[in-house]
Amino acid sequence: MTVHGTPGASPGCGSDTPCNVPTGNVTPLLHEVRHALERWLDAGEEYAIDLRGIPMAPGEEDQLLGTLGEGEVRADLSLTGKTEVVETRFPAVWLVTHYNADDTIIGRFIEVCEMPAILTSQAEDARAGLEFLENLLSENNLQ
Amino acid sequence: MKKDQTLGETLRQQGVSRRSFLKFCATTASLMALPPSMIPVIAATLEKARRPSVIWLSFQECTGCTESITRSSSASIEDLIFNAISLDYHHTLQAASGSAAEEARDTAMQENHGKYILVVDGSIPAENNGYSTIAGISNVDMLKEAAAGAAAIVAVGSCSSFGGIPHANPNPTGAVSVSDLIKDKPIVNVPGCPPIPAVITGVLVQFLTFGLPELDHLGRPKAFYGQSIHDRCYRRPFYDKGLFADTFDDEGARKGWCLYKLGCKGPTTYNACATEKWNDGTSFPIQAGHPCLGCSEPDFWDAGSFYRSLSTPTENIGKTAIYAAAGGLLAGAIVGSALRGRKQSAVKAHQRVTIDDLDKES
Amino acid sequence: MTDAEFLLWVRGPAFNTALFIMLAGIVIRFLEILFLGRKTNLAEARGSEVAGGFRTILRRSVPDMDSFHRSGFTIIAGYVFHIGLFVVIFLFVPHILVFERTLGISWGGLPSNIVDATTVVTIVALLAVLVHRIKDPVMRMLSKFSDYLVWLVTILPLITGWMAFNRVGLSGATLIGVHILSVELLMILFPFTKLSHAFTLFLARWYNGAIAGYKGVQS
Repeated sequence: MTVHGTPGASPGCGSDTPCNVPTGNVTPLLHEVRHALERWLDAGEEYAIDLRGIPMAPGEEDQLLGTLGEGEVRADLSLTGKTEVVETRFPAVWLVTHYNADDTIIGRFIEVCEMPAILTSQAEDARAGLEFLENLLSENNLQ
Repeated sequence: MKKDQTLGETLRQQGVSRRSFLKFCATTASLMALPPSMIPVIAATLEKARRPSVIWLSFQECTGCTESITRSSSASIEDLIFNAISLDYHHTLQAASGSAAEEARDTAMQENHGKYILVVDGSIPAENNGYSTIAGISNVDMLKEAAAGAAAIVAVGSCSSFGGIPHANPNPTGAVSVSDLIKDKPIVNVPGCPPIPAVITGVLVQFLTFGLPELDHLGRPKAFYGQSIHDRCYRRPFYDKGLFADTFDDEGARKGWCLYKLGCKGPTTYNACATEKWNDGTSFPIQAGHPCLGCSEPDFWDAGSFYRSLSTPTENIGKTAIYAAAGGLLAGAIVGSALRGRKQSAVKAHQRVTIDDLDKES
Repeated sequence: MTDAEFLLWVRGPAFNTALFIMLAGIVIRFLEILFLGRKTNLAEARGSEVAGGFRTILRRSVPDMDSFHRSGFTIIAGYVFHIGLFVVIFLFVPHILVFERTLGISWGGLPSNIVDATTVVTIVALLAVLVHRIKDPVMRMLSKFSDYLVWLVTILPLITGWMAFNRVGLSGATLIGVHILSVELLMILFPFTKLSHAFTLFLARWYNGAIAGYKGVQS
């Protein structure tokens, strides 16, 4: 059985029997996002919510993600395992999903910010890239 | 890989981008249930961490803990932890064998004296040193020697944490836990039979990042063992309402009701199974329909049957009841007769007062 | 001793011992009463002893209006906590499992959240009864150490049971262990204090009814 929900979310009672114990966590979470968005607009304050370990029945997680939806930006990152960064229907509210190399979800965050840090280029990586580029160019010159 | 390199340098050398490293820090913070604001702290600390030498000693164990920690069939983010440490000695995973392996262990211990992390799985037979030896050295001696130069000890699995299955009644080898033998070093117990893989790696990462984690009264990291299964179980609403499965695969079981009547030890067991789960978050025993065994608790093998509920007595009380009734009948007959005898003597001793007696007294 | 060892001890040898003492004690007390017997009534029987005995057992379960007017509070609070105790002890599934293990028979229980609410009501009733015992001058004068002890030993399992169900404060094993220990204390004291009224009341009512029935008067 493959699980597509965030690790830590409750599974429900079986794939063929409905889970009739909702947790009611969806609306409070959306309010938390609302408050964070207000603070970001007022003071530029960034905020992140870790969805792991927040108990949600599978229907509820789909409900939450469906409400957030997808907006103008989608980025697929190939790190050790893929990572999806999606700006939701609500600008400045991003959904970052981390996957393992075998496509199981190992982390999911809602980030309220200008852009999630994982999207931005990292100086160390750029330095390594610069070294590589310099080597490439000097090789070409010698040929 | 040089041992003096920082973790950051090591990862870069292996072609792991800083973005990947940030992803690792984010998912690790999530695993340790730390708020997202801690991610930059973890990143900064881990990057500068020196790769510690790790010596892994396996004693009376089934290798299940090693199996658990290596459950990554494909390259996974948790493989990074193995890149973060220098695993200098491990029976199952190392290529060397025989005297070469033992020499490697000795060298690692001397070079890193006072700084290496000692990981132990398996219990130690303390009564007869001959029950378990490695290269002719008894487990007790090897443990004591390795512990002497260790910065800290991580006891992985219920066997090294509490004695485990070898410790179960009648414990023929006199098996004991690491903390029974070593008293002068910090010991972190990571019990479970086996422990959840992510918990093992999480504890090592927590160690590298923050040093010794906060431990509970049984020496277990509170980050992973601070909550009972019962308090995080998704079937808890059924327990609270009193909806229980009576047998395996009956109607209640199929509806996913609480497994208390089937002997679930969730209320007395502290582990991360209900939130972290197994096989990358796929499932855990209760979700699969089997009551929790309590495998991260001491002596769970002897805790009164996996399939007997926590509220029920463990001994054969039918016998007790019969003895009690028999004893009561006997004692009651004796006491009753004695009382009856006293009553009859009192009746006999009863003096009747006649009018003549009254006349005499006046 | 760790909390796991403590729980195993209370579920094992401690329960065995408490059960032995309780059962043996009940049998001994029963035999004491039977052996002492009653004085033989030499008059001719005018009615049935048996009918009289049964009648009194049933009739005294309902208070008459005079008693009610004089001690209404005691009667109501008493009924509340007795019915509450019955529900909590016999209609809570984890307890039914204990009876199943001990007696071999089982029955259906109430939803656990209803039992939880009943526990709270029972605790309140017991507290009210204690307050009344302390404040009422007659009750205070009549009360001895054993009365307070019995009250304590009755309310402790309710409080510890509520704590265990609602997971308040201590570790899981400690909560359950303390609760079972408090029940074992109750079991040990049961035959040797006024708690034994639970079974002697039937004997007492029977005797009174039988005497009246024999005499041919209302029982």
